[in-house]
Amino acid sequence: MRLVRLWPENSHFDFMRFRRFSFPLSAVISILTALMLFSGGLNFGIDFRGGTLMEIQAKSGQANVGQIRQTAEGFGFGDVEVQEFGAAGEVSLRFPIQSGGEAAQAAVVQKARDTFGNDYEFRRVETVGPRVSGELVQSGTIGVVLSVIAVLFYLWFRFERELAIASIIGTLHDIVLTIGFFVITRHEFNMTSIAAILTIVGYSLNETVVVFDRTRELMRRYKTMPAEELLNLSINHTMSRTVMTAATTALSLLALVLFGGQAIQGFAQVMLYGVVICTYSAICISSPMLIYIGLRGSETVKVPEGSRAAAAE
Amino acid sequence: MLRFSRSKIIATVAIIVIGLLLAVPSAMNREQRQAYLNAIPSWVPHWLVPSRAIVLGLDLQGGSHVLLEVDAQDLLRGQVTILRDDVRRILRDTRVSSQNGIQTVPRGVQIRVPDAADRDRLMPRLRELSQPIGNAMLGQAGGNAVEINTTPDGVITLTYTEAGINERIRRAVDQSIEVVRRRIDFGGTTEPSIQRQGADRILVQVPGLQDPQQLKTLLGETGNLEFRLLAQPGATDVDMLPMEDQGGQRVPVERRVIAEGGDLTDAQPAFDSQSHQPIVNFRFNIRGAQRFGQATTENLGRQLAIVLDNRVISAPTIQSPITGGSGQISGSFTVEQVNNLAVLLRSGALPAKLTIVEERTVGPGLGRDSIQAGKTATYVAGIFVIIFMFATYGLFGLFANIALLVHVGLIFGLMSVLEATLTLPGIAGIVLTIGTAVDSNVLIYERIREEFKAGRSMVSAIQAGFDRAFATIVDSNSTMAIAAVILFFLGSGPVRGFAVVFILGILTTVLTAVTLTRMMIALWYHWMRPKALPF
Repeated sequence: MRLVRLWPENSHFDFMRFRRFSFPLSAVISILTALMLFSGGLNFGIDFRGGTLMEIQAKSGQANVGQIRQTAEGFGFGDVEVQEFGAAGEVSLRFPIQSGGEAAQAAVVQKARDTFGNDYEFRRVETVGPRVSGELVQSGTIGVVLSVIAVLFYLWFRFERELAIASIIGTLHDIVLTIGFFVITRHEFNMTSIAAILTIVGYSLNETVVVFDRTRELMRRYKTMPAEELLNLSINHTMSRTVMTAATTALSLLALVLFGGQAIQGFAQVMLYGVVICTYSAICISSPMLIYIGLRGSETVKVPEGSRAAAAE
Repeated sequence: MLRFSRSKIIATVAIIVIGLLLAVPSAMNREQRQAYLNAIPSWVPHWLVPSRAIVLGLDLQGGSHVLLEVDAQDLLRGQVTILRDDVRRILRDTRVSSQNGIQTVPRGVQIRVPDAADRDRLMPRLRELSQPIGNAMLGQAGGNAVEINTTPDGVITLTYTEAGINERIRRAVDQSIEVVRRRIDFGGTTEPSIQRQGADRILVQVPGLQDPQQLKTLLGETGNLEFRLLAQPGATDVDMLPMEDQGGQRVPVERRVIAEGGDLTDAQPAFDSQSHQPIVNFRFNIRGAQRFGQATTENLGRQLAIVLDNRVISAPTIQSPITGGSGQISGSFTVEQVNNLAVLLRSGALPAKLTIVEERTVGPGLGRDSIQAGKTATYVAGIFVIIFMFATYGLFGLFANIALLVHVGLIFGLMSVLEATLTLPGIAGIVLTIGTAVDSNVLIYERIREEFKAGRSMVSAIQAGFDRAFATIVDSNSTMAIAAVILFFLGSGPVRGFAVVFILGILTTVLTAVTLTRMMIALWYHWMRPKALPF
């Protein structure tokens, strides 16, 4: 049987050359993201913005979106976002947060149930009051910040300073570009998005760690090899693994995007994008970054226990 | 050398078999599980039989999640009223008069007693109000609940301390949980879960509940019932309370309380035998019966005021003394209203208002669809990855695929034992780990291939592949674990479900992708004595 090979054996590809494109590209995208974040911002879901989200499905299988919009706007609960999705007459309604504190939100649900209850099935109703949404914003922010700090600590223990700096830049790059994805696509940003970002942080780090593990191993073997050549070698050595893992992960996520249902689709799309970004940044951002940071800056190269045993073998 | 000791093989297989057996109940539906449990002979000790199934989150089985918060303002208002009553009582007992009555200040009350001798009589009694917080028997030092400040010109201020208020909130949450438990009585088919969350919140989860409106109505009422008398013209000590029958028009009600909700032993919805109107029948305890009997005897012909949460819900005329200890509340009620009222009265009053700060309800239809979609996505992802791994690594890919299936089985097994909740993001987590679990195998296989190409013998290449890839596998899994653990501690509900799956997935992947695969390769090598790598 002829087996599939996604990446040729003994490749000698000059990955470091990509930095001439990847650095400016990533810089431009990052700046654009920052600009758009301050002008338009994220499309916050009710988790963070508060308010009421309803998903209703027409019992007849045919939803009259125009009429729903007109009726819902007549409620006097502010701007309603009405959207049709899925196949069988499913409509989502999003009401803004009502002034008058926690208790005021319940009126929205009651009114909608009374009005649409006969013709539509209420599949999902979520109400988040101002206090809870404030707390969710807080814990979401803490989560992302904490993960970056945890990553920093991990890298500090695990790697030499140069490698640690390069991979934290890569991770931050991935966070920024993921947020950029939310800004540009107007994807709803909610607690699940925070989960996606944290998973992407994990994956991003994973990708750089695999490459840098190899870089460190090669550094010890080829003591005089120039940084650029050494990094190219590391990536070429690990490339077949990188491609395989990216492929299996992407395939799983593709299954989720295609069959996972509307509720999980958003998460899967972001993750799928994240896998691409993380793979790109490990190869085209973090690694070439080392050429500038200086690969052999510190003379005291930390050698962890496991690798020393392996090297002595 | 590629050698696996017999004991190591047995241990690995045993752990995996036990883990997979634990997942068995989760693979069955309710009836199948019952049949299976019945089929186990009785001499088998029940702790040996895996019986726990994974708990499905509300987003998968449908139901309502309502987060309630004890209204601290309301609670404090109530506490200040109690404090004011206490101070009034003490002033009366000691025959001291305050110059400008009892003033309400933030968190407390203030009186003005310029006379030093009066103050000396008053102060010891007032100090009794400032009890220490916590259980003195257990020696908990926590300061006082009420703080007393005196100025030289005789202004005495009693205020609740921060710690005192927090202690009251804590107690109010405990009491409220009990009351909420009694109020949620939906026939007992689904188990509602009621938990304290944080300092001042209660999380109520009712599986299968589609419209939490009735639940919200029930929990929205404090349920504070008082029997008083409608005031006669010219009476002074009265409250003006809205009367429900007359469209909220305010009527004067005597402050004196004859009997209250706490004096009731039972309350049941019923129909009046003559008017066929829905009513609530109630029964007093001895104390309540005595007081009610006396009051109705003394006030024949006057109107009673039945006050619920400061609203007069009914004002019947006392036609004859009610000494039997039972009575009825009638009014223009609907059947649903009397049902709710009876539940409210039976469950007792909440110590403070509960506010709904978050509500998430998923209909059963959506839950079913989500499970179906999740299953499909899991199967498709599994098939994609299995085909892909086999096409790339041949026989070794097959080994990785077996490890992958075991890995997913073990996640379910562990979740069953831990009684973890499977949510929709949790399913996404499983699908994602299908993709990432094979990463370890990929790392190992690619390394083996490299070592083999570098001129090692096959055995030595396999050996080196496993050894050298291991450090990287530990690294790559710990990086994922960092994110998952943070997510676990920050997320709630569905998102936490994702973190749980991810953490368990990281744990099992080491066992399956490293140990199990290595064992399979070792056995294959010893049986087949192959000359070349199969990929």
